[in-house]
Amino acid sequence: MADHDLSMWSAMWSVIRRDLLISFRERGDILQPVLFFIIVVSLFPLAVIPEPQLLRQAGPGIIWVAALLATLLALDGMFRPDYEDGTLEQIILSAHPLSMLVLGKVVAHWLVAGLPLVIISPLLGLLMQLPVDAIVILLLALLLGTPALSLLGAVGVGLTVGIRKSGVLLSLVILPLYVPVLIFGSGAVHATLSGLDPSPHLLLLAAFSLFSMALCPLAGASALRISVN
Amino acid sequence: MESVKSPAKPKKWLWFHRFGSPAWIYGFAGRWSGRFGLIAGLLFLTGLYLGLVVAPPDYQMGDSYRIIFIHVPSAWLSMFSYAILAISAGIGLVWHIKVADMAARSIAPLGAMFTFCALVTGSLWGKPTWGTYWVWDARLTSELVLLFLFIGFMALSDAFEDRRTGARASAVLALIGIVNLPIIHFSVEWWNTLHQGSTVTRMGRPTMDTSMLVPLLVMFAGFNFYFIAAVLKRLRVQLLDQERRTRWVRELPHD
Repeated sequence: MADHDLSMWSAMWSVIRRDLLISFRERGDILQPVLFFIIVVSLFPLAVIPEPQLLRQAGPGIIWVAALLATLLALDGMFRPDYEDGTLEQIILSAHPLSMLVLGKVVAHWLVAGLPLVIISPLLGLLMQLPVDAIVILLLALLLGTPALSLLGAVGVGLTVGIRKSGVLLSLVILPLYVPVLIFGSGAVHATLSGLDPSPHLLLLAAFSLFSMALCPLAGASALRISVN
Repeated sequence: MESVKSPAKPKKWLWFHRFGSPAWIYGFAGRWSGRFGLIAGLLFLTGLYLGLVVAPPDYQMGDSYRIIFIHVPSAWLSMFSYAILAISAGIGLVWHIKVADMAARSIAPLGAMFTFCALVTGSLWGKPTWGTYWVWDARLTSELVLLFLFIGFMALSDAFEDRRTGARASAVLALIGIVNLPIIHFSVEWWNTLHQGSTVTRMGRPTMDTSMLVPLLVMFAGFNFYFIAAVLKRLRVQLLDQERRTRWVRELPHD
């Protein structure tokens, strides 16, 4: 296959396609984040008094934290399997811009670990006794916020892929960066619950995601070059 | 034919370039760390005397406001030290200067300490003033995130077997975290927070009485000198540790 025949978009698409193919072959990769998400959210009403008022207050935050943790757990599969069998080196050495290939990996990760969370969130909103308008905003907020989670996560995983037993370190490194997404995402739903306008929160979430989309592929590429060489 | 580089040029910038030399900066740090430490000590004594004894009680808060003389410089220094850390780490990342990496490693624990002090003193102040030890408003939350960033920096740089790779990876993290600094600073303007707005670093004259402002500025200067002295001291330790196989370290007098 001649590299110079591929444009960078085709290269990015081939990365996405490969990652999606691998994920579909290991069905667990797709189901596990969603199942984790559902189980963690369900644990809270079991642990706390399942009074509707209480759940409604705590619900948005719990759902968002669970989404964060589910994304975090799924991040390891972004680079580690490729790192272990040497594919990551080949990806870094290829003639295509590494930031585009990283973006491709992020897209594939989001499709597998972010989008399913967004789709299942109305169900969890019902579990947390949220009213319909809050559930709609929850859906929208997760849709706008989860790309930022995947993008920032890519940088974190890129930095730690060379370290053995990097699971907890990864969380320590990435979670401070996730805090704004959490605050605005949860804040949007809380605003709706209080009858206020959620659009400032949603707009800031969208801005954060776009900002991450512009910079994180570059940061992720530089992180990979540091980790692998 | 003229010489390509005139002999005067390398000498002109030597005063700057020698900061990148581990052997030279070891001596520099040794000389200046003690001096700055002494100045810091004097400033602390003066500032604490002026602040605790001379300054009058606040009409609203009574004597409990006096923790401001520790809280505000700590908080300012937590942000300043993060900025210096990020710049240092960035220099190490871009220009591959070892001393810059070592400086960043030296700053991180100090920055974490200042952030922790700011959070704790603020919390102790919050109890009599606001009625609560902690509140999840924008400034306190972003300061807590800053603490996590410092800890994450230290953890990441220690996690690699190769020190150089660890330095580069943590440099990337430090540079990403810089976005937190404007958030902390402007949080009191952007959000309705419980925390007080800016009184000193604002346009126009500071809204604080001179008898309280002077001790604050003295303590502020003291903290800064302490910071430099402590960083230089830690830098010496880092230099000895990382350069232990070089001749200049082996030839140092043992005492």
